[in-house]
Amino acid sequence: MADATTDTGAFAALSSAPQRDARWRVVARNVFPFVVVFGLWEIVARSGMFPPRLFPSLVTVARAFVDLTLSGILLHHTFDTLLRLFAGFFLAAVVGVTLGILMGRSRRAEDIILPLVSIGAPIPGLAYAPLFLLWFGLGNKSTVLLVAFVSAFSVIFNTWTGVKAVKEVWVRSAQAMGADDRRLFVKVILPGALPYILTGLRLGLAQAWRILVGVEMLAAVPWGLGWMIFGAREFLNTDVMLAGVFVIGVLGLALEKLVFQKLEQYTVMRWGMMT
Amino acid sequence: MSTDPKRSRSTLRASVTLLAAAALYEAIARTGYFPPALMPTLPSVWNALFNSLIDGTMIMHAAATMYRVMVGLGIAVAVGLPLGILMGRFKPIEHFFMPLVSALMPIPSLAWVPVFILWFGLGNTVAILIVVYAAMFPMVLNTWAGVRAVNPLWLRAAGAMGADERRMFWKVIMPGASPFIITGLRQAFLRAWIAVIGAEFLAASDFGLGWVIFDAKEFLNADLMLASLIVIGGIGFLFERLVFGSIEKATVERWGMVQMVKG
Repeated sequence: MADATTDTGAFAALSSAPQRDARWRVVARNVFPFVVVFGLWEIVARSGMFPPRLFPSLVTVARAFVDLTLSGILLHHTFDTLLRLFAGFFLAAVVGVTLGILMGRSRRAEDIILPLVSIGAPIPGLAYAPLFLLWFGLGNKSTVLLVAFVSAFSVIFNTWTGVKAVKEVWVRSAQAMGADDRRLFVKVILPGALPYILTGLRLGLAQAWRILVGVEMLAAVPWGLGWMIFGAREFLNTDVMLAGVFVIGVLGLALEKLVFQKLEQYTVMRWGMMT
Repeated sequence: MSTDPKRSRSTLRASVTLLAAAALYEAIARTGYFPPALMPTLPSVWNALFNSLIDGTMIMHAAATMYRVMVGLGIAVAVGLPLGILMGRFKPIEHFFMPLVSALMPIPSLAWVPVFILWFGLGNTVAILIVVYAAMFPMVLNTWAGVRAVNPLWLRAAGAMGADERRMFWKVIMPGASPFIITGLRQAFLRAWIAVIGAEFLAASDFGLGWVIFDAKEFLNADLMLASLIVIGGIGFLFERLVFGSIEKATVERWGMVQMVKG
């Protein structure tokens, strides 16, 4: 969707006045499917085919969303989830990039770390959850650690690949021009590996996000969106659950669009490393 | 491929590292610094794995998990592949489904677990549906991207040589899109494999590798947990290497499509 809309959007902006309604058509085109789906949902919900407790109408879901937002409960859940996400992801980014660069630059580090990482990677991160709960107890500590652990793998792999993919010619010409180790690293290797590192971070964040919601359901944390949905099940509050799922979807989209696409624009694209 | 001695040397190094790591773990486990229920020694993990394999419970659980993954993946492919192709070929269909796919994709599949439990009860249905949800998006998006990435020159050449719609589809579009489709299948399997474990944790039916791990936690059976982790990792690894590797060899590599993708 993103490609199509931005392309036509740019087009409409170029050829100004007469094609102003083209923009409206794009908006209408993107809204139309949701109108159809929501309409179907509403019809099914109101027909009484399923009990309304289990299949609430969208009005009920919207009301639950507004109520939860106004009382600040939703905000608290969201805040705690994001805090865990960023704490875990930050840990993963720092450890992952460091290990990846070490592996890319030093043969010995590669020999030591790569086998361990390759063995850990194919196991789905969530499978470690009970082990982490056993070792670190229920609650925040194991949640954050697990999120960090899971998202570290793609950061490590991509950073490692990126450092290895820096062109030998660049390194040698920088050395020939008298760059010392520190400048070589900051001016050549880091920018050269950055597209890969960013890809790794992006994948890592996506993974962290997917895992976090599940872990929150398991780890019995007092606040958090995952826990909110899971807890609502006990009381058959399907409207609260769907409102929570909606918030999770919006946050996921925002993470992708706002955090990473912006970051990429400011760094990699400006340096002309990627188109 | 040409440097076989180099390869065996790196295998040697890898095994040395892994042996050292295992020895370190064993040493820590034996000091008794941590309770053995939480940090079992390697022989006891090995015993747990061996016993559960011999009495067939581990195989049964693995079969239950595989069944869920395969059914879910099958449905996801049966729906996602045609949908992706249609979206790639017909603009109106793309305009209708793309916004929906983009809106649903960022929702992690596990977020739906509680909702699905309410709707369908505990058990197989929830796990399978979660797998379908997780596997659907990589399938649809990659197929769509693949169909759109087919070189228009090929299409025109085939058209000029008199290919009809059907032959154009089977002889040009499908082979052209196949590297993307196989990537989609691979990603779909990985996602499904993660999702099924999570679904089994939460929607506890009585079988499945995820359920074994979660159940073992209740009884502090860390050895059984580690054993199931080994099985889960092993199956995932085997699938990735053997199944997808050989699919790739039989189709894309033979047609000479991979170079294009990598380059």
